[in-house]
Amino acid sequence: MTEQFMLHALAAGLGLALVAAPLGCFVMWRRMAYFGETVSQSGLIGVALGLALAIDTTLSVLLTALTVSLLLVIMGRQNKVPLDSILGVMAHGALAIGVVAATQINTARNDLVMSILFGDVFSVTRADLYWIYAGGAAALVALLTIWRPLLNVAVHPDLAAAEGVPVDRMSLIFTLLLAVVVAISLKIVGALVTIAFLIMPAASARPFSETPEQMAFFATILALLSVALGLFASYSADIPGGPAVVLVLTVIFAISMIVSLGKTER
Amino acid sequence: MTKEPTTGVGAGTASRHAHSHGHGHRHDHHHDHDHHHDHGHEAREPAPFDAAALVSARQISFARDGRSILQHIDLDIHAGEIVTLIGPNGAGKTTLVRVLLGILTPTGGAIRRKDGLVVGYVPQRFDLDRAIPMTVHRFLTLSGVAADEHALEATLSDVGAQGLGERQFSELSGGELQRVLIARALMRKPGLLVLDEPVRGVDFTGEAELYALISKLRSERRLGILLVSHDLHVVMAQSDRVICINRHVCCSGVPEAVSQHPEYARLFGPQAARSLGVYTHVHDHNHDLAGDPIVTGKDRP
Repeated sequence: MTEQFMLHALAAGLGLALVAAPLGCFVMWRRMAYFGETVSQSGLIGVALGLALAIDTTLSVLLTALTVSLLLVIMGRQNKVPLDSILGVMAHGALAIGVVAATQINTARNDLVMSILFGDVFSVTRADLYWIYAGGAAALVALLTIWRPLLNVAVHPDLAAAEGVPVDRMSLIFTLLLAVVVAISLKIVGALVTIAFLIMPAASARPFSETPEQMAFFATILALLSVALGLFASYSADIPGGPAVVLVLTVIFAISMIVSLGKTER
Repeated sequence: MTKEPTTGVGAGTASRHAHSHGHGHRHDHHHDHDHHHDHGHEAREPAPFDAAALVSARQISFARDGRSILQHIDLDIHAGEIVTLIGPNGAGKTTLVRVLLGILTPTGGAIRRKDGLVVGYVPQRFDLDRAIPMTVHRFLTLSGVAADEHALEATLSDVGAQGLGERQFSELSGGELQRVLIARALMRKPGLLVLDEPVRGVDFTGEAELYALISKLRSERRLGILLVSHDLHVVMAQSDRVICINRHVCCSGVPEAVSQHPEYARLFGPQAARSLGVYTHVHDHNHDLAGDPIVTGKDRP
């Protein structure tokens, strides 16, 4: 039978795929990829904080991600500096702070920084799994509950508002969901590639989808498939897990683009 | 048919205001938004709400960052009535629409909506992000209305967009898109339909067809219709009332009266006033999307 760490890795990756793929569709529709990237890189600060304060790192990452998300929402309301510049400052500031702090805290473990940046899916523990499933299930239920109003906001905020959708509240809830999913996926795919895990299944599904729901469904299938393929490739060829999954997703995206461009040529 | 534009409270107020400008008011009129100066005092009691109206707005003001965008606007829209809102760019037309729809909260004044009023909204510049795949059918049910295939098709053919159900949004022409947006609004069974620049990006024959459709909806469904237009040359002849705003109400009345109003000429220039074509359907038929003749212009007495 396959070893315990492999089962844990698969369970974590597949569980994450179920919520990350539909959420990733909204990240794409609402053009929030860079926002997600910034939140995910701030996860480094969360890890450093967790180690320094000797608390569970998933908890400290979650709290950091939520704080940074809210900070970004507030910063987005000022009009002195455009939001993408703010995101650029915060994403790389967080990266720098996180890397410096992580190396200071534990110089004996230089691989710590690497594992935060690219994830360490084969070190997933039973406790991590609880986090992933509890957080992931809560986020998925919340996403499905607000699906229709949130979709209306993505389609046309003014039209949604005119039809009684509380636009600002929906945007805030979505931002918090994104922070939760980014936080729980950090351990699996790492700070640098988390957003790829959200965006790539959605982007690959887009050319073959007729409706938003179809796109979310296809994206979920592709995410599950790439986790399975990526982890088996990683296990048998001894390559890092997170990047292996993203590599599979990249290949899937390339195939999707080639096939869809070929379709329009005809 | 409710076609008595001067009996409504709002219309009366607006025309009172229009008279207040009189002839030869050449000075900058930013101050005279207080359209009470014909009454001789500042704090005039606003006229009471029009109880018969679908929407009755009184003394609506809106300011953002200390800049005044709307000033003391009165407006009433009744069932079966087409009210056209015109004004130059930056006059606050879209802001007024957003206030009436409840998207923005006015900084002054009050709005009364008839109990249980459902408002259908056709927004300006509807560019669906290409990242979102969307068929016409899915779009029609997006607002949460329960409808089967048959009901969807029926609504689509009501607006002359039959057979477009499976079409992707990115494949719709400007005229088709407007019809689909109107169909979506109708799915919610509205009492009031608000259309912001509905003929934008639509070619000339498509424009005539859309106006015919709007007129048909008014007479068949007795909808109240608020139409926003930047196109001063084409004001629907079917409009019961035209309200010309430039942050405040400049003048209002039947289309012909507004086109001859000195305030209108001052706002858009004498050239525009002369060339204002009050839109009348001289031709008795047109062609729908499929190229079949459809009757237009005969649905008005």
